[in-house]
Amino acid sequence: MSTDPAARHLYAPLRFRIAGDRGLLVDCGDAIDPAVNDKVRALKAAARQDPIDGVTELIPSYRSLLALYDPLRTDPDRLQKDFIRLEQTLTQVDIPVPDIVEIPVCYGGEFGPDIEFVARHNRISVDEVIRLHTGPCYRIYMIGFAPGFPYLGGLPESLHTPRLETPRPAVAAGSVGIANNQTGMYPVQTPGGWRIIGRTPLRLFDPDRSEPVPYQAGDQIRFKSISRQRYQQIIDTRGLM
Amino acid sequence: MNGNGFVVLTPGALTTVQDRGRLGYQALGIPESGALDRYACQVANLLVDNPPGNAVLEMTVVGPTLAVLKQMNLAFAGADMKITLNHAPVDPWRAFCVNPGDLLAFSMTGRGCRGYLAAGGGFDLPEVMGSRATYLGGTLGGLNGRPLQKGDFLPVGPARRAKRFYRLPDEFRPVYTSPIVLRAVPGPQADYFTRTIDRFFNTDFTLGTRSDRMGCRLDGPVVPLDPGRQESIISEPIVPGSVQIPADGQPIILLGEQTTGGYAKIATVITPDLSRLAQAVPGDTIQFEPVDLKSAFRIYRKETTRMDAIYRALTGSST
Repeated sequence: MSTDPAARHLYAPLRFRIAGDRGLLVDCGDAIDPAVNDKVRALKAAARQDPIDGVTELIPSYRSLLALYDPLRTDPDRLQKDFIRLEQTLTQVDIPVPDIVEIPVCYGGEFGPDIEFVARHNRISVDEVIRLHTGPCYRIYMIGFAPGFPYLGGLPESLHTPRLETPRPAVAAGSVGIANNQTGMYPVQTPGGWRIIGRTPLRLFDPDRSEPVPYQAGDQIRFKSISRQRYQQIIDTRGLM
Repeated sequence: MNGNGFVVLTPGALTTVQDRGRLGYQALGIPESGALDRYACQVANLLVDNPPGNAVLEMTVVGPTLAVLKQMNLAFAGADMKITLNHAPVDPWRAFCVNPGDLLAFSMTGRGCRGYLAAGGGFDLPEVMGSRATYLGGTLGGLNGRPLQKGDFLPVGPARRAKRFYRLPDEFRPVYTSPIVLRAVPGPQADYFTRTIDRFFNTDFTLGTRSDRMGCRLDGPVVPLDPGRQESIISEPIVPGSVQIPADGQPIILLGEQTTGGYAKIATVITPDLSRLAQAVPGDTIQFEPVDLKSAFRIYRKETTRMDAIYRALTGSST
């Protein structure tokens, strides 16, 4: 048994769970852990390269890959064998190098009504909130909840802040927020309870673009602080990346 | 008004454009959407010679009133809504012809929840990410991502074949009764409910009033987790039919407008039974019947064969 803390959470071989009559969850581990998520990504990349018969869609998440399949063409017994075979071809080398997607954010002011709360809660200055938030590369573990909504890992502990007690009925598209140990952004306007600290001028979700969302699960996101003026410039050029 | 299609005079309670669904984008957080009663949607389309996955109107409980702008064939399937054409009754589950100036109205449903209107040639709205289905939560697809409103124009494309008036043989017509028995396989977190899963499969639930296209909320006895288990899990992708047990212990059956979930799932309703669930109205009794995966696949294959049999019965030829 390995003593590497990440390895404790990794499954080898993969484990499987049934998700109805057209879904199979392929589990790579049992924790929110970069090593587990790397295996999800590697497995997805391998299945892309060497497509599995009958699989119609692969949806990566924190610790699992959901394989949707055509039940007239395959079944979980065959799929399990297919995925185990793929797993045996995986090596460290196969983990795709993540794309780093830079997201410009205008922090504070009208776009970030909760930034002062986040600063007070953590007993730091607003500038320090911005400095800390723009520091790391955040891993996109999964996209869900709303079109293009990324579940990001890696928020510095000194920014952890509880959610709003009462969610807002409408959070503007592009809003960047914090909820407990998570940070994220709202690609479309939805109700939401996150503490909003800024807004990006980019259109994070546009169904008419060939790539409706400018990132995918497994990529990394880095926030960059921009001025109100730069925000407006990007809006005027229609938020193209 | 000029145009090929309909003008909406009254929109009904919640009428949206739907089709077979927006497939292939779940990894970007974009759900399938589409007709909740796939069976009725497919049958309505076949009756007017459309491909089975074409765009239709999905009406909920109270249907719309529509002014007809062109000659076309229509067919209605699904919930038992009284249909009138210029105030004279029209039969459901069969094709009929309308002409410019006609007035078409759909009353409140007797049994069933959702009715489907197909038009020969299909509702000709722009495809968004490969589908015309309305995704209400994402405000996209269908008619600007929203339900019909008074005054909307609904274009209908050219019909692909000559006029024929198909009628669905009675043997293929579903009967909407309560209780609704949904066959289900154990869910991805069935091992969180080892002490209660048997009881879950022997309980009468009631469809709650806060049900919508995202999910069916069920009222009934609380379904407790095994001791030491937490209802909250590491969020993961879900499939339509997932039966999620949130913190209050009242099951929610997730439908086609959600891509991920953070609560434990006790069971998954099999795909063919989701059409019957789509016809449940608040107050209906819902029961779950356990099936193993082998049986689920048998039922799935039978359902596929049934659609083929309907096509043969209508046209005298095979798909």
